[in-house]
Amino acid sequence: MKNRRDFLKTAATGAVLLGSRSKLGLAAILDKQAGAAKSKVVIARDAALHGADGTLDEKRVQALLDRAIASYTGRDKPVEAWKRIVPVGKVIGLKVNGLGGKGIATHFALVMAICERLQQAGVKPGEIVVWDRNARDLDACGLTINTDLSRIRTYGSDVSGYEEQQESWGIARIKLAKILTRECAMVVNLPILKDHEMAGVTFSMKNMYGVVDRPRDLHAGGCNPAVADLNCIPAIREKVRFTIGDAISSVYNGGPSFHPEHLWQPNALIVGEDRVAVDYTAWQMIERKRSEVGMPTLEAANRPPRYIATAADAAHNLGTNDPQRIHLMEV
Amino acid sequence: MKFSSNGWMLPIWMAIPAMLGMMVAITVSTGCKKAKSNPFPASGAVAGWEKTSETRAFAAKDLWQYIDGDAEQYISAGVVTTSTSDYKYQGNLEAVVDVCTMGDATGARKILETGQTKEAKTVQLGDAGIQYAQSVIFRKGPYLVRIVAYESMPDAPQALLALAHGVEAKL
Repeated sequence: MKNRRDFLKTAATGAVLLGSRSKLGLAAILDKQAGAAKSKVVIARDAALHGADGTLDEKRVQALLDRAIASYTGRDKPVEAWKRIVPVGKVIGLKVNGLGGKGIATHFALVMAICERLQQAGVKPGEIVVWDRNARDLDACGLTINTDLSRIRTYGSDVSGYEEQQESWGIARIKLAKILTRECAMVVNLPILKDHEMAGVTFSMKNMYGVVDRPRDLHAGGCNPAVADLNCIPAIREKVRFTIGDAISSVYNGGPSFHPEHLWQPNALIVGEDRVAVDYTAWQMIERKRSEVGMPTLEAANRPPRYIATAADAAHNLGTNDPQRIHLMEV
Repeated sequence: MKFSSNGWMLPIWMAIPAMLGMMVAITVSTGCKKAKSNPFPASGAVAGWEKTSETRAFAAKDLWQYIDGDAEQYISAGVVTTSTSDYKYQGNLEAVVDVCTMGDATGARKILETGQTKEAKTVQLGDAGIQYAQSVIFRKGPYLVRIVAYESMPDAPQALLALAHGVEAKL
């Protein structure tokens, strides 16, 4: 596993290109899943992800990512698996989440591992954009600003700006980050699992609050139906197609800010295309932890993540929250 | 010599007391609280602690830019402003200090009492304070102070408490 300096060096010097393809491998997966009429969600775990001293083992993070992606795609070789997920010759965005600060942000080791595999699958360094709202959020993820096209780019929406044109769907009336609308052909969503004081849980769909100009306006009513509405905005619905959810660390109460007294380490990744199924799965994980430590359910705490069911309804049709229609693989 | 507002000249020994009197009168008439000096200890002011960032301040209406999602509970408790700065202990342990100025002590109490767990240890700080392994939270009048370390270290609790006392002394 490379350290940060090596990572940036690799980013600067480029990686092996494996040629382009005319069709996304993802489509085939979707077809397969449609046939099975179930949404696949993979939870990959490694209890030894953190060492005895609490340090994250970067090699194990890479191995965990490979295991998750291999299980999801049915391809053992990471490069082959990634070629089924991302298009070559297009700009791939990685939307991280650093809102909660350094203690509870998308882990740098995970971002590094994904960037390495993307490059091995043929994505050029300059075609990878790691982004969040601003430099502070990126710094929380251990990332520094870089806009050099020859390297992996990392910068915030505060640098690229937001579209002038407002978009709307339901109650969501927002301006989208230009990184999403103008830069990225596809976005891999890299949220971090957290309890949320208002929404109940924040993970895949809620992470899209970080791609709009005024997320504050979307918090009424426990963020319902705003989260679901926002994810129906075409650029979000169509471009943000895959989630590699960071459940390496999490807060089961007091989120979305960092509350170390409620920190726990699921040591897991939650992977899937169906953002509703991914969020439903993540919600259950939070509930199990709350139950384990004797905390009330989110329903009892008067903040269940109702937006998940809303996202699954016929009007939104973003995915399924029906456990009978979720093919959950725990590896 | 100094010019008065209508252009007459006053001797400086008369002008200065007059100006001070006006400032006191304005403060009293507008009900402003005593303006606090910077509550963030400078590097070295608390043994081992270095202030590693500029202080950033957010009015209630802009708090979402800092803690989007958490902002509403602070707003409903009457937050007026929130200031924040990063610190580092002995070049190793990173922490953040948030100082919230609430409308009154009730708001500070409300936030302090929210989400406490049985692991909370009461500490002598301000009007009331609690400590966890990686954080210290206390209130003093309308101020609510939260200090959080990003990592767990054996000497973190003691170091955080020392920094908290440093902040308290400046409130």
